[in-house]
Amino acid sequence: MELIDFSDVVRAWPLFLEGIWLTCVLTVVGCLGGTLLGTACAWGRIQGPVWLKAVLACYVELFRNTPFIIQIFFIYFGLASVGLKMGAVPASLISLILNLGAYACEIVRAGIEATPRGQIEAAQSLALNRWQIFTRVMVVPALARVWPALVSQLVIIMLASSVCSQISAEEVSYAANFVAGKTFRSFESFTVVTACYLVLAIILRKLLLWIGPHLIFGRMRF
Amino acid sequence: MSSFSTWDVIRNLLLSVPWTLFLSAIAFFGGTVLGLILLVLRIMRPNSVGRIIVWYVQLFQGTPLLMQLFLTYFGLALFGINTSPLLAATLCLSFYASAFLTETWHGCVMSIPKGQWEASSSLALNLQEQLRYVIFPQAIRISVPPTVGLLVQIIKNTSLASVIGFVELTRTGQIITNVTYDPFFVYGAVALLYFALCFPCSIWGRSLERKFNVKH
Amino acid sequence: MSDKQPAALVDIKNLHKSFGQFEVLKGINLSIQRKEVVCIIGKSGSGKSTLLRCINGLEVFQSGELLVAGQRVKSDDARAMRALRQKVGMVFQSFNLFPAMSAGRNIMLAPKLVKGMPNDAAKALAEKLLKRVGLADKFDSLPHELSGGQQQRVAIARALAMNPEVILCDEITSALDPELVGEVLQVIEALAEEGVTLIIVTHEMNFARKVCDRIIFMHMGLVHEVGTPEEIFNAPRTPELRSFISMK
Repeated sequence: MELIDFSDVVRAWPLFLEGIWLTCVLTVVGCLGGTLLGTACAWGRIQGPVWLKAVLACYVELFRNTPFIIQIFFIYFGLASVGLKMGAVPASLISLILNLGAYACEIVRAGIEATPRGQIEAAQSLALNRWQIFTRVMVVPALARVWPALVSQLVIIMLASSVCSQISAEEVSYAANFVAGKTFRSFESFTVVTACYLVLAIILRKLLLWIGPHLIFGRMRF
Repeated sequence: MSSFSTWDVIRNLLLSVPWTLFLSAIAFFGGTVLGLILLVLRIMRPNSVGRIIVWYVQLFQGTPLLMQLFLTYFGLALFGINTSPLLAATLCLSFYASAFLTETWHGCVMSIPKGQWEASSSLALNLQEQLRYVIFPQAIRISVPPTVGLLVQIIKNTSLASVIGFVELTRTGQIITNVTYDPFFVYGAVALLYFALCFPCSIWGRSLERKFNVKH
Repeated sequence: MSDKQPAALVDIKNLHKSFGQFEVLKGINLSIQRKEVVCIIGKSGSGKSTLLRCINGLEVFQSGELLVAGQRVKSDDARAMRALRQKVGMVFQSFNLFPAMSAGRNIMLAPKLVKGMPNDAAKALAEKLLKRVGLADKFDSLPHELSGGQQQRVAIARALAMNPEVILCDEITSALDPELVGEVLQVIEALAEEGVTLIIVTHEMNFARKVCDRIIFMHMGLVHEVGTPEEIFNAPRTPELRSFISMK
């Protein structure tokens, strides 16, 4: 048996493709859900009542100071043992969304707090209510301000989805393990999948850096 | 079959915390040494070695740590080295940390205004002297808060070493769960222990950031 | 006070406002009628902008009475403040256009959201107002693509879109390069001729002289002198006003 041989692993490409599909689904749903959750939490932390601010602060600190693998173990195994059972994919999505939500909350909050006071006063002078001011005047420029930081965090979430393999979600890391087990070519299998992740990360970053200015905030200067 | 009491569970978890700290410390110090070397190389030769270092950073920042750990573990075995989870975990996490640390520190050095470089070179300082007496003292101050943040990252990332069999806090939690069938309590306790390790560092990093912002 | 006198649009009685320990408005008494154009002048720190910002509730006053179109200004009631701000428009020194929206959409925003105007009607209104301020071809331009003077004219159109009863102008030319001041003042002059009620805080003395019906000179938190432009500029009564005019 040769030291390194990619042929068996490369033959298993359909399995990798299926895994990549789930990785993409987890990434897209996780990123959208997490960003929405994070924006809502940022709103709550800035404008909400005192009890809500305290609850959100606890949520954010908890998820930013514990490892993702423990979060997903708790949600998948821990909640199941007290009666709340769910499949591996729903558990993965919930964990990714909650994790990203905590980080996105802080990132978006920094962007919102940097809104120039004059714009808020102008919106108030036009008789807009607080919700209208937040959604129409504050959110989009805030996202534009923090877009690079947010994009980095979204790429991190895509990479974090690999941990979901540990609760048997059949994304591409799980496929790597599976193929490694079948072919006994662990190094080759993980090399191929790592290369897939690298390509996905590059594509995702470029895509997001394009989406921001073209679909979300336009040619604005803030 | 032995039955674990609550205190047994907590005691065993606490006994594994030193391993988490040990792995974190080695990764942080190994990453610091390598990161500093890479930083200086990148500053001195930005177009040759520097480009390679940029790829090195993108490799570690663009792939999951889980895959990096597996590759280190199985890769070392391929080359005939007798790999233990400890060896693979410390090596991989050190390189991982070095990539993030060097990138952060490079950013801090680059944020020093160009005028400082120009002034010091007009005083006929060579590159080493520039770095040592003018640039690094300023860069170090700016870099402390994000470096503390990276330390928190490293502590959390040691949890993935459990997947290649290194017995630290997360692996201990898995082992205990397999015996007690109480993942809610065990993983909850593990989470709180990680929180107890990481949260103080996060707070410290934030207070450092405030302190340095005020001075600026 | 005669019964036959028309009700004032803005009625200020004994207004006191402090920032912490420091009292900025020390008892303002002022009445502004419909279709009047009033200029407020004075040194920096005399409280001019603060007074203006009290009228639309951006600053909260501690004591006194402030009535706009007969309604008392209640700063703690959010709904009352929004109702007030539909009647009182404001143009700011730093324009404060919304950077993510084009000029036209800046103008359309409030009528659509606050008055429920349908999109087409709002668009037509925005185009009409842009034409009125001389920027008919700038509907799709983003704020950063416009000069300061153009941005301020869009800001004026934005305030006009809500059809307010009075427009407050807070040093609207102070942040402009000198050659751009004229185009903005022209627009204000046109509004004054059309009968829009305006309260203008300004340093532009020639403009005040030309356009205003009444000038109010403020000094150290109080209304010091009130009069027509001729009275204020040609026959100042108090030494403070005399020294202020001589400095200009």
